[in-house]
Amino acid sequence: MRVFALLLAVAASLVHADERRSGYEFMSRSTQAMQDDDTSNPAMLWVLDGEALWQAGKPSCASCHSNMSGMKGVAARYPAMSSGRLMNLEQRINLCRTEKQHAKPYAYESKELLSLTAYIALQSRGMPIAVKDDATKGKALYEQRQGQLNMSCAQCHDQYAGHRLAGSTIPQAHPTGYPVYRLEWQTLGSLQRRLRNCLVGIRAEPYGYGSPEMVELELYLMSRARGMKMDAPGVRP
Amino acid sequence: MAARALLRVPQRAKRGEVIEIRALISHIMETGFRHSERGASIARDIITDFRCTYNGAEIFRARFYPAIAANPFITFTTIATESGTLRFEWSGDNEFTASESAAISVE
Amino acid sequence: MNRRIFVLALALTPWMRTARADAMHDAMSAVLKGATPREGRVKIDLPPLVENGNTVPFSVSVESPMTERDHVRSIHVFNEKNPQPNIGDFFLGPRAGRAAVSTRIRLADTQTVVALAQMSDGSWWSGSANVVVTIAACTETV
Repeated sequence: MRVFALLLAVAASLVHADERRSGYEFMSRSTQAMQDDDTSNPAMLWVLDGEALWQAGKPSCASCHSNMSGMKGVAARYPAMSSGRLMNLEQRINLCRTEKQHAKPYAYESKELLSLTAYIALQSRGMPIAVKDDATKGKALYEQRQGQLNMSCAQCHDQYAGHRLAGSTIPQAHPTGYPVYRLEWQTLGSLQRRLRNCLVGIRAEPYGYGSPEMVELELYLMSRARGMKMDAPGVRP
Repeated sequence: MAARALLRVPQRAKRGEVIEIRALISHIMETGFRHSERGASIARDIITDFRCTYNGAEIFRARFYPAIAANPFITFTTIATESGTLRFEWSGDNEFTASESAAISVE
Repeated sequence: MNRRIFVLALALTPWMRTARADAMHDAMSAVLKGATPREGRVKIDLPPLVENGNTVPFSVSVESPMTERDHVRSIHVFNEKNPQPNIGDFFLGPRAGRAAVSTRIRLADTQTVVALAQMSDGSWWSGSANVVVTIAACTETV
């Protein structure tokens, strides 16, 4: 009997554990509407630039990856191991730039890098997130208390997800829509920019752009969202 | 990079039908009320005027102020009268100009 | 903060508020040119609680048959507490079919937004909406 009760409890917790929601589902109807239509989603302006950049340079992205359909599902698989190290989509793009195009890497949050990332991410819209690599390191960072407020990511995004922090609802940390057009920023930004905002929010020293900690955290967040559908480039408050 | 614009104009419409038009354009819409971290004021840089013509005749015009959000988005309506071209023009500070067109076929 | 400055700031707060409400009043007077608007016919759609004041979906519509003889000429939108009272001016006519315009606006604070509409007979109508703006969580210094 006791075993049965225990099994029930485990089953209940499993059901509970599967009640995952994306940031999109936590948004107001009006912000969802802004994302839903490609002529009202401001992130699509960056996609237009990404489309142009895809064809630019010698060789261009298109010279190697002739067909854009080859990019289907790629954004849903990053961060991933590539050339012996874990890298996110932005780093993978820059690796192509330096090694194949013999060009300078784009800076983080530059219009060029965001545009290309958005264009590539769009090809995975509606596809399930499918990162594969081990996210243990990122999980440890997610659960680690830090900063002057001595808080961990988990405290807000697991314990208090769905509650309100000032005017915003705290989402569950499932990054299905990045890069996102954040209403607060009034521009497109990467997941790392968003994570840096969180870290500043708990008065912690934010990890640097492209640092191993950032990429490990990204991988862990994407692994939490495994199987959820990509909705990039999204709109978030 | 040049300004980008996204339009939504129905490709086909019935004569006399009221159609909704949407126009979105990339622009920072710097208010002129902000300061840099060092305290210097950041100059205003906004789109001030928007205009839409239908086969050359103006059907809608707007004047924007700094309270219009970045990447201005606007929707309005017009009656589909005849096949032709809708032209959209934006202009503003620092000699900003941009234009975009869309074709409509009216039956 | 020094206590004297604090007391001064408190004393100034209502004055500043009036100053900004006055700015809106002045901006409206500049458009009305002596006319007195009647309340009604103008409807503003704003979310009652804004997710982020930097980008707020805003719609305004005016009851009108939108015919050659009876239509809306223009709609003017104002705010009470931004650094500047104007939001946007929209010019339309009978070819619009409907008097309905949407855009996205910035709202610095919880406040009232007012829209004035001028009809083809020269009459003015007004509508308003109250909106609660909260500060976004975890904002940044770049």
